Formats: sequence, structure tokens, C-alpha cells
Amino acid sequence: MSASGLAAQFMELMLAVMLAPLLTGWVNQCRAWLQNKSGPGLLQPYRVLGKLFRKEVVLAQNASPLFRAAPYVIFGCLALAAAIVPTVGTDLPLNAAADAIALVGLLALARTFIALAGMDVGTAFGSLGARREMMIGFLAEPALLMVLFTASLISSSTSLATIVETLALKELVIYPSMAFAGVAFTMVSLAENGRVPVDNPATHLELTMVHEAMILEYSGRHLAMIEWAASLKLFVYSCIGLALFLPFGVAGGGDWLGIVLALPALLAKLAVGGFALAVIEMISAKMRIFRAPEFLGTAFLLAVLALLVHVLLEG
Amino acid sequence: MAASPLDATLALSGAWLAIGLLAMAAPRSLALATRVLFPAGAVVGLALAAVALHALFEPPADRLLPLGLPDLPFHARLDALSAFFLLLLGAVSAGVSIFACGYLRPGQETPLGLQCLCYHVFLAAMALVLVADDAYFFMVAWESMALSSFFLVLTEHRRAEVRRAAYLYLLIAHLGAISILLCFGALQSGSGDYRFETMRLATPAAGWATAAFMLALAGFGAKAGVVPLHVWLPEAHPAAPSPVSALLSAVMLKTAIYGMLRVTLDLIGSPLWWWGVIVLAIGLASALFGVVFAAVQTDMKRLLAYSSIENIGLILAGFGLTLLFRGFDMGALAALALTATLYHCLNHAFFKSLLFLAVGSVLHATGTANLDRLGGLIHRMPWVAWCALIGSLAIAGLPPLNGFVSEWLLLQAFLFTPGLPQGYVNMLVPVAAALVALTAALSGYVMVKFFGVAFLGQPRGMSAAQFSSLHDAGPWERSGLAWLAAGCIALGLAPATVIGMLDPITRGFTGYSIAAHAGGWLFLAPIEPQRASYSPLAILVMAALLIAAAWLAVRAFYHGRARRAPPWDCGFRLLDARMQDNAEGFGQPVKVVFRPAFRIRTEAPAPGDARPRYNELVEDRLWFWLYLPVARAVERAAGLVALLQRGRISVYLVYSFATLLLLLLFVR
Repeated sequence: MSASGLAAQFMELMLAVMLAPLLTGWVNQCRAWLQNKSGPGLLQPYRVLGKLFRKEVVLAQNASPLFRAAPYVIFGCLALAAAIVPTVGTDLPLNAAADAIALVGLLALARTFIALAGMDVGTAFGSLGARREMMIGFLAEPALLMVLFTASLISSSTSLATIVETLALKELVIYPSMAFAGVAFTMVSLAENGRVPVDNPATHLELTMVHEAMILEYSGRHLAMIEWAASLKLFVYSCIGLALFLPFGVAGGGDWLGIVLALPALLAKLAVGGFALAVIEMISAKMRIFRAPEFLGTAFLLAVLALLVHVLLEG
Repeated sequence: MAASPLDATLALSGAWLAIGLLAMAAPRSLALATRVLFPAGAVVGLALAAVALHALFEPPADRLLPLGLPDLPFHARLDALSAFFLLLLGAVSAGVSIFACGYLRPGQETPLGLQCLCYHVFLAAMALVLVADDAYFFMVAWESMALSSFFLVLTEHRRAEVRRAAYLYLLIAHLGAISILLCFGALQSGSGDYRFETMRLATPAAGWATAAFMLALAGFGAKAGVVPLHVWLPEAHPAAPSPVSALLSAVMLKTAIYGMLRVTLDLIGSPLWWWGVIVLAIGLASALFGVVFAAVQTDMKRLLAYSSIENIGLILAGFGLTLLFRGFDMGALAALALTATLYHCLNHAFFKSLLFLAVGSVLHATGTANLDRLGGLIHRMPWVAWCALIGSLAIAGLPPLNGFVSEWLLLQAFLFTPGLPQGYVNMLVPVAAALVALTAALSGYVMVKFFGVAFLGQPRGMSAAQFSSLHDAGPWERSGLAWLAAGCIALGLAPATVIGMLDPITRGFTGYSIAAHAGGWLFLAPIEPQRASYSPLAILVMAALLIAAAWLAVRAFYHGRARRAPPWDCGFRLLDARMQDNAEGFGQPVKVVFRPAFRIRTEAPAPGDARPRYNELVEDRLWFWLYLPVARAVERAAGLVALLQRGRISVYLVYSFATLLLLLLFVR
């Protein structure tokens, strides 16, 4: 554990927590531009968070302690997940504590808590959203795991730092399996972040909601934490994508200059990724909720195919 | 001379038997059973766990018992594998016994003393199964275990479905027992010597070894509830009282795993690689089947029973990998897979007994285990609810609890499979890993349903007065639950220590140790730290720090005002508790996604029906494809045999005469 590692770790965590709403704002802004609208501006998510924090919390009468604890738990899990994914440097102290499988576990933990919180008040929409979220989860989680496994097999390690180092710092090799994995990963991240083909983050039509339905009963600072956590989730998935498919510019151990240079590289990559997300959302239509299993089933099969391609062609 | 662990184990099993017999002194006394005998049984359990922990690191010991038939004395042996399963038995049964002190009530159909007797005989028999060192002793203990648990399942014998479940259990247990007996027959390879010692030294021909393995797989698989021999499990577990369901699921299924490990790795000794493929396939089928069916259950105990099938499937998948690696002489990987298998046995024992006991508390408080009649219990039964939450998160395989550790180890074992010398197997392994991941994700779905429907939301089908009269578990029940929940947390947070405990077993059977690589007490790094490492404690501490920091920051910068109001629910004021998702509704996505797995019969009301009723029955296809045809064939055969029966003595005399004639013909 080196000083530069600690610095990179701290920087990564703070970056994720601070910049996550900005990424959401950027995606929304791009979407607005693509729709020929002027858009609310990049800083709108921060203004929303500030407003929510200042508002008072209106709790449902029968909300349990779990309901009040869940926003903080979800936020903590996702912040930790953001700290695990190497975006700035690979020499992260937390890398020894959690590998790719643990990352998937942390994301699942956050999902479980948000689903439980959705069921806590016992409203029709809350439990409906929880059920749909878990359905998307049980199809998306194995697909994500398979994508990570493909990368793990290539670098023969489940440690994210080693994966990034192998994929980025070694000689440039094109892995056909990663192409399949990339498509699968894109589909999974769209579903997991409640993005357009599967869910619509801007919807408030009750019967089509997934994420919004679960958090209907939240208000004030609780809602702010949940919204912040949702931005963090998008940030984490983007970073996983960058780590697996565009791992260039990430600093190795003890490389202070590299860490400083990694920052603008990361911002540029995130901006491109966010724009791509907005484009995907623009050109696709929201599908019926029961088309989602087909969509995610395809992602899962593609991810398994990626593993098989690796075993057959690259093994 | 200090008593050896083996002597202590035998003495403690004897103590359990004695406790059971003492209960017969006053079979109807509640105080004797719940204030003296069950606590004593729990102490014996703890002592057994302590002895077993000590014995794990001792060399194997054996002993000839002054019991049995004149020419067939009982042999007992305690090695690391037995010690590990004894540890599991002792530690889990201690929690279950303490819980039972508060759980058991008089006035049930079977006298309390009789229940206490069966319960402790059951425990003792399981301990003896684990130390038996000859086929004869093993079968005696195995059958005592089956019979005592049969009577325990029958506790509420006045209900017809309980009798049916118990009968089905007995039937399949005996089919399994026959298969195990034949397996030992195949293993003794004509020597007529049924000691395990001789079987261990002998090297059977490949054909006999395969036959023995197949018979063991079928026999122990029937006890473990492996697909397609699982049908008894979702019937028998709900029928039994909750502490018994907990023991059946948490410990008895593990004795079957013990049997498989003992026969394959120890008695046969040199497994063939393709056995592993078979076990892996059966395990994955069971895992997926179990979890998909668990998702559509509405009865809490049936849901947990199906989830046991799933977990046994995962354990078998790990065991299959062990055999595969062992068959190819890849010792280090076999050690990793074996560790995952054993770890999952221990984990499943803790979280499944915890959840069954929590269901027991719910059953006592509300009188039902039907998820569609529950809801909101976290308000009235916080203790049970939080313990159940720990169990649910653990079983869903979420960090930093124990279920995640074994899942992690299992996935690691899969990840390092490439490099197997068999190309086809190499290709199948990614598919198998995908199925394990799918199962793990689905079990998260099942557990959100289990916990969310029962403990969160608003009460369903219960008046406000009924709901406010519900009581939390009593102090005995709480301590039992707390012990098991603490086990789930400890096993989750200290994986390196637990793997150190498993080390003697993996070294014994595979010749490799993965504890040597484990990076100290904090980090779990079974192969080498660069390849994979995991530290639940660090994750927990970091997550706790982040959560605390977020909470404190929000408190420091913003007001803490909160107000209670009726639920908003998008402004629909007329939505009531009946409109929340119930268990049926929560299972619906799984029903749609995995439609071909189920046999669903739906009765929908006709249009214009004045009293519309909607009825849906989800059934197991295997029951119709496998069991009913077999039952019909048996019935038909019995009908043919019945033709001989005429009820007139003269006809029977003719049969005897004909038999005599035939015999004469043969003898000449």
C-alpha cells in the first residue's frame, strides 16, 4: 500500500461521489440537445439534490427503520463499489479487499436494499417496482458476472486492478470475446440503470415505472440520497465499462504523474460514454416490461458466448 | 489419560440418547422437557462442537465398540472429515435446541416427551453416522436417523397431509437406504469384510468402483433431495415442527453429503473424472430447479425447502468440480473446489436453520406460514425480522455475509477450470458457471420475496386488532436465533480462519492445502493474491465508514425534520393492503420467464361470473413424468400378483403342489 495508491484511492472515491450527478446531468443535457431542446444545464442534478436536502422528510406512517436506513446503505454500497473500480490508478488499497465478484455482490446488495425499501410501506406501486427491479436483477446480474469472467479469464485474475493492467498496459491485442462481452455489457448497463429500452428515468406514468415506482414513498433527504446513489450507480457502471473496454490512460503503481494525467482522460472517456448513452436512449423505444426478459436473456447468452469464444479461440 | 475426542464424541452421543430416554420419565411434563432436557441437549451440542473443533487437527483415531452382533462389532473412527460434520451438527443443533426450549408447547398431538426422545435420538444417530467405520454400524445409525426423523415429521399425525408427507419421506429414504447398502456390497469386492478400513485399502476394479459410485450417488442423493429424488423434501419439511425442519434441512441433508464424500473420496479413493461431470450436471439441475420452484411458493416453509434443494445443488456442483479436478490429478484446484463445497455445507446449515426457526416464530405468533396472510411483521416482531434479514441476505449470497464466501470460492473454482485436458468439458464449464451465477441471482429474488412479503409492507388478511396482538419471540427463541445469526456473520467475516479449519480435510483428500496461500487472517486469497483476493472485514468496515460518513454529513449540514403522514402512493387514496404485491404476484415474473419448467393449471372465471374466482395450481412436472408412471406400474404389477390370491384353501394347496413338482423337476 503506497502513498500514491492511497491518494488514488481517495481521489477516486471523492471523484465518484462528487462527479456522479454531473454525469447524470451530462447525459440528460445530451439527450435534450439530441431532442432539439435547450436542456436544464449540466448542474441541474446538484440543484435537485440541494432542494431535496433542504426539504422536510414526509415518512409514511407505517415505514419501518429499514426504510429509513436503506438510503444510506444503498449510497454506502455504491460509493464503495465506485471506489473498487480502477479508474484513475490500479494501485488501489481496496483492490485486495474486493475483486470483480465482490463488486457484483455489492451491486446486488444495493439492489436488494432498494427493493426491500420499496416493499416496506406496502403500497401497490412500491411492491410492483420491487418485483420488476428484482426480475431485471436476476437476469442482469449473471450476465454482468459473465462479462467480468470473460475479462478475468483473459487476465487469469478476478482482481479488477490486474484485469485493467492486463487489458491496458500489455501489448495491444484484440480479443474477439470482448466484443461479445461489450454488447452484453451495454445491454446490462442499460437495464440496470433504468435506461430507455427497459425503463425510462423520466417517466412518471405509474404502470411503466420500475425504479421510480420503488422510491415513490421517499422524500426529502432520503430521496436525495437515493437519487445520488442512482447517479453513482450510473457512474459505477460507466467506470466498469471503461475499465473493461477502454482501459487506457489508467496509472500504474507509484506513478504520480500518471494519476494526475488519468483525470482528464477519465473525464473525456466519461463524456464520450455519456453521449453514447444519450444516443442509444434517443434511437430506441421503451419496450414492454415482459420484453425485458428477452432483452436480458440475449445479453446473458451473449456473455456466455463471450466466455465460450474465449475458451475456444483464445484459450 | 485425557479422553480422546472419539471417546468424548461417543460419550456425548450417549448423553443425547440418555436425555431422550429421561424425557420418557414424565412424557407430558413441559417443564422437564423445555427447562431441563432441551437446554441440556444444547449444552451437549456445544460440547460436541468444541470436541470436534479440537479433533479437526488431531490424527484420525479409531475404536472397537463393545456393541453390535457377536461377529460384527461396531467400529468407530474420527478423522477430519467426520470432525468437520460433527462440528456442524453440534454448533447448529445447539441453536436449534435452545430455540426449541421456547418453541415447544404442550397440547400438540404427540406427547412432548416422545418428541424429546425422537429429537435426541435423531441427533445421536446423526453423530453416530458421522463416526461409523463399518457398513453395518453405518446402516444401523443411518436407519435410526431415518426412523427417528420420520416420527418427528409425523408429530402432527392427525392431519392427512402430514401422514402423506411422512410416508413419502419414509419411502424415498428406504429406496435410498437400499441403494447405499448395495453400494457397500459393491465396495467390499467379494471379501465379505464390511469394515471401511478394508474398503479404503482395497482398490476396486473400475467397473465396481463406478457401480459403487452410482449407487452411492442415488442413495445419498435420495437423502439429500437431489433432483429427481427431491419430491419428499418440500412435503416433509413443512409438515414437521419448525426446529425439526431446521435440523432436517440444515444437518440431515449434510449427512448425505458426508456420505457421498466419504464413499467417493475416501472409500473408493480414486474417482474417475467423468463422475464429476455427472455430479456437476445433477447439482446444477437441482440448483436451478430448486430456486425456480422456490420463487413461486406461497408457503414460507415450502419456499425454504425448495431453497434447500437449490443449496444442495450448489454443494453438489462444488463436489462435482472436486471430482473432476481430482480425476485429472489437479490437486490444488480440487482442494479449492472441496473447500467451497464444505464451506457451503457449513453456511447452509447456519442460514437455513436460522430461517426455518424464524418461520417457526412467525408461525407461533400468527398461526400461519402462508405468505399471502402475512406482512408488516417487522413492526410487531422486530427481533425475528432482523435475524431473518441476516439469514435472507446470507442465503442470497450477498457480501459481507457467509453465503457470499462459498459462492465466491465456487466461482473461483470454476474460473480456474480452463486447462482441463478434456476439450469438451472445458467448453461446458463456462456454461456451468453461468448457471451457478443465474442460480445465485435468482436466490436473491427469492429472498427478497420471502423477507419482503412476510416482514415488510402492510398486514394481509389480518385485522388491526389481530395484528397489534402479535408478540415477538420469547427469550429462548431469541437466543437460538441470535446464535445462528451470529454464526452467519462470523462465518462471513472470518473466511481465512474457517479455511484453516478445513485445511486438514483438503490436505487429506487432495494432498494440497489452500490455506497456505490465504493471505493472513484478513484476506482470503486461495490461489495467490494477484489472482483473486477478498476481505469481508475490510468491505464491512469501509461500507460502515461510508454509510456513517454519509449519515453524519447529512445530519451536520441539513435539518433533521421528519413528519409522519399516510402513504402517498401516487395519490391513489383507495389502495389498501390487499393491493400490495402478494407472494403469488411476486412469483409471477419467474413463472413467465421459466414457463416450461412448471405444470400450471389455471381456472379463470367465465365472463359475467357473479362470484369470480381465480385459481392457479403450480405443479412439478417430474411428479407426472416419473413418479406417477412408476406408481402406476407398481400398482399394475401388484394387481397381477393379486390374481394369485383366491381366498380358498384348495387353490393354495394346488399352488404348493405345483411348486413341489417344479422343485422336484429342478432337483432331479
